[in-house]
Amino acid sequence: MLRYSLKRLLSLILSLAVASLVIFFVIEVAPGDPASFMLGINAQPDTVAALRAELGLDVPKAERYLSWLAGMAAGDFGTSYTYRTPVAGMIADRLWVSLPLALYALTLSTLIAFPAGIYAAARRGKPGDAVVMGATQLGVAVPNFWFAMMLVLIFAINLRWFGAGGFAGWENGLLTGLHSLTLPAIALALPQAAILARVMRSALLDILGEDFMRTARAKGLSRRQALWRHALRNALIPVLTIIGLQFSFLLAGAIIIEQVFYLPGLGRLVFQAISARDLIVVESVVMLLVFAVITVNFLVDLAYALVDPRLRART
Amino acid sequence: MSRNLILGGLLSALVVLAALTSFLWTPYDHAAMNIPAKLQTPGAAHWFGTDHFGRDMFSMIMVGARTSIAVALLAVGIGMGLGVPLGLAAAARRGTWADEVIMRGNDLVFAFPSLVIAILITAVFGPGAVNAIIAIGIFNIPVFARVTRGAALSLWERDFILAARVAGKGAARISAEHILPNVANLLIVQGTIQFSLGILAEAGLSYVGLGAQPPTPSWGRMLADAQTMVSFAPHMALIPGVAIILTVLGLNLMGDGMRDWLDPRLRGRGG
Repeated sequence: MLRYSLKRLLSLILSLAVASLVIFFVIEVAPGDPASFMLGINAQPDTVAALRAELGLDVPKAERYLSWLAGMAAGDFGTSYTYRTPVAGMIADRLWVSLPLALYALTLSTLIAFPAGIYAAARRGKPGDAVVMGATQLGVAVPNFWFAMMLVLIFAINLRWFGAGGFAGWENGLLTGLHSLTLPAIALALPQAAILARVMRSALLDILGEDFMRTARAKGLSRRQALWRHALRNALIPVLTIIGLQFSFLLAGAIIIEQVFYLPGLGRLVFQAISARDLIVVESVVMLLVFAVITVNFLVDLAYALVDPRLRART
Repeated sequence: MSRNLILGGLLSALVVLAALTSFLWTPYDHAAMNIPAKLQTPGAAHWFGTDHFGRDMFSMIMVGARTSIAVALLAVGIGMGLGVPLGLAAAARRGTWADEVIMRGNDLVFAFPSLVIAILITAVFGPGAVNAIIAIGIFNIPVFARVTRGAALSLWERDFILAARVAGKGAARISAEHILPNVANLLIVQGTIQFSLGILAEAGLSYVGLGAQPPTPSWGRMLADAQTMVSFAPHMALIPGVAIILTVLGLNLMGDGMRDWLDPRLRGRGG
């Protein structure tokens, strides 16, 4: 297990290093100088030069890349070109909306998908299976932001159960905060739940055909007991992979959903930064998202080994 | 042929037909504003109603189908064009450092969701439909590379490949002449799935302003326009949404149907 974890850890560090290089140099090729942009077209050359020095833009690229990396490792993402405040603080504020939203959605999607997938697999070929599969087929096709608008129309505008947008803030209590994230989380979760339910069903059906399942039935377990005791644990591997992948889609999806609900999350921050050409903010948010995706996949790899001891032995 | 394939094929054909017809004919000029006729609900004069500028939504949906299809199709083209050769090369050099580099590179690209790529490209070059194509296309590359490699790996163990090797053919020639035709079915099915995902991604990118820019009509932009009007003109949000859902549903059903048709072992499995 230790060797497996170390190998994965090495691959994690390598991926992060390459990803950070790609992001840094893509942003570097952006036309225009941030200092000139901030000061406007009438700025004096010496003022621009002074600001360039202040922002650390006058040192060679390689050196800037290394200090950017070292800064991020220490939690310092630099200073926003537009707001002149630390980027780390801006991101931390927004993360308190985006991260709980993604986790809330992930929880909902798992809670919906597991029973739906298990139900469909247990009733393969029967009407119950057809209904679940039909619903998931539709769920996969629905754009989450459109679904979000429909939720607003029904539950906020017509029924008035929820606000149409905005975030109440965590300082008013956990429940109030969760309440204002509920519609966005449902909108994010349902299409993902559809995918997850399909994977769950298909993974279970694969396992149900295996020899050891026949053995389990032969030793006297009922179909249901065999499913719960043996099939589920084995089906968890493909399901875990998808959950890991989904987290990245949920974080990215949260950026879009935040626009529907006017939530002050990472999405709003990054879109404002793009229009203000605040490239250091864009760079940091993108790096954070990619960091999250790579790290979650690393954790999923480790979780595999816990669920399936064969993987530990193999690598 | 399965019911899925027929229904999916019909839905997809309808969308393609609407897009192609829009080059020759639309009920109204899709960009023509007519403020006195704004926010009309669907009726005889305007089958899908009008938007807040009085533009005919039916014409906009027809022309928007063009944008969606073009972006998604080109993105699949990029993904296949680069991903398939990479996958074939990785399989041909399986177990070597070349395979390892290609597959780790794929993992890395996988860590950049298309929205994140689009954010990066837009931050550098500004928004536009081309960004959407590149962003979705890049995300498609590792998908096709993995599918191709996975299928090609088992083929390399087969007797007919051994025969080709004995006949003196090199790895590149075997990949092109024997492996590729045998994975083509799988690639067509995956292409259909990525095409439908591309339609969804294009809509999302246009919705947040990273995709097609006005005056190019796109379903995602129509939804962005509809957002503030949804309480008094719900048709503005409903119609583009239903257009996206039916297109994606059609393509997915077609993909499922084709998979079952091409590989009877999978029949009734779904997933």
